[in-house]
Amino acid sequence: MFLKTNWWKALAVMLLLYTAVAGLLMPVPRLAILNESIRNLYFHVPMWFGMTIILATSVYYSIRYLRTPTPQLDILSHESAKTGILMGLVGLATGSIWARYTWGAWWTNDPKLNGAAIAMLIYGAYLVLRSSFQDEQQRARISAIYNIFAFAAAMPLFFILPRLTDSLHPGAGGNPAFAKYDLDSDMRLVFYPAVIGWTLLAFWVTQVACRFAFLKQKVYEKQLA
Amino acid sequence: MKNSLRNALALLAALVLPVLRALAQAPGADTPEMADALRQSGKIYVVVAVIAVVLTGLLVYLISLDRKIGRLEREMRD
Repeated sequence: MFLKTNWWKALAVMLLLYTAVAGLLMPVPRLAILNESIRNLYFHVPMWFGMTIILATSVYYSIRYLRTPTPQLDILSHESAKTGILMGLVGLATGSIWARYTWGAWWTNDPKLNGAAIAMLIYGAYLVLRSSFQDEQQRARISAIYNIFAFAAAMPLFFILPRLTDSLHPGAGGNPAFAKYDLDSDMRLVFYPAVIGWTLLAFWVTQVACRFAFLKQKVYEKQLA
Repeated sequence: MKNSLRNALALLAALVLPVLRALAQAPGADTPEMADALRQSGKIYVVVAVIAVVLTGLLVYLISLDRKIGRLEREMRD
């Protein structure tokens, strides 16, 4: 994450602008029920891709924290998790809106939806857990361990359990998410850049948040000295 | 930075050019309803322009935050 270069931020800007423009203008398959709302694919699905990648990054820093406990690694892990949680909540909200106008309800008792909601609650507990410690080292160590378990519990809820039963959601209930009838070559031209763009934006926001937290820590250290 | 900007612009051009193909898309009869009228009247470009401006505004704000924090980092170092 601590790439000193800025090229990937320029890339994020380009890809996001491209996603907004091409996402509305590029041809999409003419499908019943979905109609033009199929374009949500460029905005709803990348939230989950980005969330998964950034939460995996958070686990990576948590493991590194447990090997060499430094406040920096704790901040990196915490801020990554916060960005991941934000993306997950945005993903749930956008999915709910999309469900209302294609499936007819804001929420259905679909394994994919409920799995995602439970996973978000697990991560909500991560934030509650963090805020319940006075001691910084204890907070960092225990939340690093919890973070690893949260990731291990959340990933099957997102990607494995929904495939085992029937589901309306693509990519669940035996429906492959990226079969050729779901995503044609025109849509791939926007979808993959969108995933990369939104993921890079998540890393960018996280990097800025981490640098701010580092600065805050430095200021406190100076005041104590 | 110069180089990366040029690369980014080349990438953007490569990505946006296929959009022109969208104009060649003709609706057939008896197919699911799409927003063809919105496209024919060209009002869709108004929506695209508005979204692009909003997104640009937010990204410029993020860039300015990034640079402010960078300046603070340099100040703290010395």
